[in-house]
Amino acid sequence: MEGVLDGVRVLDVSESASGAYCGRLLACYGAEVIKVEPPGTGDPARRAGPFPEDRPDPEASAAFLYLNAGKKGITLNLEAAGGQAVLRELAAAADVLLEDAGPGVMDGRGLGWEDLARVNPALIYVSLSPFGATGPYATYRATQLTLYALGGYMYLTGDPDREPLQGPGSQPAYLAGAHALTGVMLALLAREAGAGGQRVEVSELESVAAAHQWTITRYNYSGTVQRRIGNRYDFGHPITIYPCADGYVGIGISTDEQAERFFVLIGRPELLADPRFGTNLARLLHADEFDEIVLPWFRARGKEEITRLCQELRVPCSPVTEVDELLANEHLAARGFWQEVPHPAAGTLHYPGPPFRMSETPGRPGRAPLLGEHNEEVYGVWLGYDRQRLTLLRRAGVI
Amino acid sequence: MTGLPLEGVRVLDLTRVWAGPLATRILADFGAEVIKVESRSARGPASVPAEYARRSGFYPNGEAGERPWNRNGFHNKMNRNKRSVTIELNTEDGVALFRRLVAVSDVVIENYSPRVMANFGLDYPRLREVRPDIIMVSMPGYGMTGPYRDRVSYGTTLEPEAGLSSLMGYPDRGPQRLGVAYPDPVAGIHAAGAVLMALWHRRRTGRGQYVDLAQVETAVNVIGEYVVGYQLNGRRPARLGNRHPWMAPHGCYPCRGEDRWITIAVGDDAAWQGLCRVLGRPDLAADPRLATPQGRWEHQEEIDTAIRSWTQDQEMLDAMHRLQAAGVPAGAVLDARDLATNEHLEARGFFPRLTHPDAGTHPYPGQPIRLSATPAVFRTDAPRLGEHNEEVFKGLAGLSDQEYDRLVEQGVIGDRPPH
Repeated sequence: MEGVLDGVRVLDVSESASGAYCGRLLACYGAEVIKVEPPGTGDPARRAGPFPEDRPDPEASAAFLYLNAGKKGITLNLEAAGGQAVLRELAAAADVLLEDAGPGVMDGRGLGWEDLARVNPALIYVSLSPFGATGPYATYRATQLTLYALGGYMYLTGDPDREPLQGPGSQPAYLAGAHALTGVMLALLAREAGAGGQRVEVSELESVAAAHQWTITRYNYSGTVQRRIGNRYDFGHPITIYPCADGYVGIGISTDEQAERFFVLIGRPELLADPRFGTNLARLLHADEFDEIVLPWFRARGKEEITRLCQELRVPCSPVTEVDELLANEHLAARGFWQEVPHPAAGTLHYPGPPFRMSETPGRPGRAPLLGEHNEEVYGVWLGYDRQRLTLLRRAGVI
Repeated sequence: MTGLPLEGVRVLDLTRVWAGPLATRILADFGAEVIKVESRSARGPASVPAEYARRSGFYPNGEAGERPWNRNGFHNKMNRNKRSVTIELNTEDGVALFRRLVAVSDVVIENYSPRVMANFGLDYPRLREVRPDIIMVSMPGYGMTGPYRDRVSYGTTLEPEAGLSSLMGYPDRGPQRLGVAYPDPVAGIHAAGAVLMALWHRRRTGRGQYVDLAQVETAVNVIGEYVVGYQLNGRRPARLGNRHPWMAPHGCYPCRGEDRWITIAVGDDAAWQGLCRVLGRPDLAADPRLATPQGRWEHQEEIDTAIRSWTQDQEMLDAMHRLQAAGVPAGAVLDARDLATNEHLEARGFFPRLTHPDAGTHPYPGQPIRLSATPAVFRTDAPRLGEHNEEVFKGLAGLSDQEYDRLVEQGVIGDRPPH
């Protein structure tokens, strides 16, 4: 068994990163994932970029290449009745369908959960959306920025005297996609135990709200409303990012023992006896004074040297890594993390490997499909369509 | 099928803090029997300074109470639906007891640093001797191999290392961390998926397997498009603050009240026209310079000023509802109180209320994975330390009363911290 999900068939009709990431993960572990795109324009991620030398090319958009690696690609016009009929046929042959069109949209096309459950009662129908299908915000519009805000991450991020900040990239979408993966696996296991198919619903808002450390429970337990405190951490100090000679380092001193070893490292062992710095809480309360004392040590050294010195004494520390440095990271390289995959339009690139490694079922790397690349294969193998039928559908603008 | 998808699956959970417990919380919500195996000192000391209890906000009403180890909200939030036993694994008796549990379990999950399980004599090859089809998941910061495998790490140091921090921040300042230890939930959600995949595999083949989840690699997976993008255009992504590479306006604007804000993101002409209507600015709507996304992006400072002069007198939720009614993607910046009392999350029943004998009754963040036929069930609040020692050790592990009493006496098991 090469991939743990070998033999599982997935229709990915998603249009945003949340559904696409779930599909990527399923493909990464062996599922046959069919990306269904509108004919002509293709998936919106094909227009997102970045592109080679910044020249837009729908076959070489980084967002599309990454999120759809390992999938097969077909085109199908879901706005047209003919396309909807074809999707119902495909759904009859699939185990899982991923969609993120928003509440009611698939129903309006006659492709909602209830519609498709009639043609395939064993189908696992996965709906991802910003707010879920019910509730007062269900039809509200959203972007990643507004979801960082409503999900409560933004209020906690940034300087106390400046505006709150959004997070890196599309985390609400990724959190929802990862939750959806778990939902698919639960539904597959339940189906095997006799539950039949079912609907899996994941919202980005709830995915962010469930990924809080202690924000909500602190409020419910003690009325505490946590605020943003720059790069500091509401638990101890220094758990922060410091500037150094050639960039920045992340440091995460979380116990008094680690602090003691750090004081020895910077040649100031007497600081542990200083009542301002002896405990996590004391250091946090005197964080400005603390930083003033230690910053010269950081500014005099580079991030790799600081990381090495700290780690030798088992003090949690890491370099702040830019994307190009990530690609050159010796640890990831030694673990064979990057997957070198050729692509006819984008060339050979290094893609992140799977998020976890399974000893018996490692899965396999793959590339993103060209628009409609697998039309003949998928329509032929899944539905038995011949060339003539495909030509007719193509002429009618269905594929 | 009688109910939950993971009924009959027994998980031994050695994980601590956030990433691992989040993974097993998902499993427990869907019916797995998750047995938390804790050291008696895992939940901190027997007494907590009053100042810490008050300031941390983790304890009901700021009071640590008689048994603070059972009253910590962070612990209680992460561990609902689970059982708790204590074992001191640095004792021979403790290791032997753990092996007895492995023999009757399906999954072992742990997030120690890589040497620890081997030092206990409990690494995967040895667990397989006890239970040949065991599934084991290890989820250390850097994984089980490679030059950094023994480095000390937390979510707070993995976030910068994995490249996330350099992608965000104020444009005039350095890299920024999110306000939570973000790699933790990323690893936890994926780890739950790993367990389920391994179970799927075992049901097909009868074979267990070993999963190596390096939290740093999982974190890279959620910014993958930037890594691919760099290889295409050779540029480090700029730190954009709250701006967007092509949407404009796209920002965070002050509202009435202290530290109240709203985010607005305009990605199409319809949203732009809606925004101008709500702002009462037909002049902007008609301005040919602002008629295209490109034009709006180039003049976004001017637009931001117009938005700000409107939002600063608005109540943030009211402004959000008005903007949404006009088709504008807008989201208020919610704090803890706003989230805990949010009408949408409330209407969807996102906050189950659970009752704990030492901590009282509280709502908790629920389960974002919603299954129509086999939904998550919130059966019990977090277990008290060692609450299930007797039933698990005597029932499941088959200890005699005599053996059990001896282990309690020797401190190998217990229900309160040693000091």
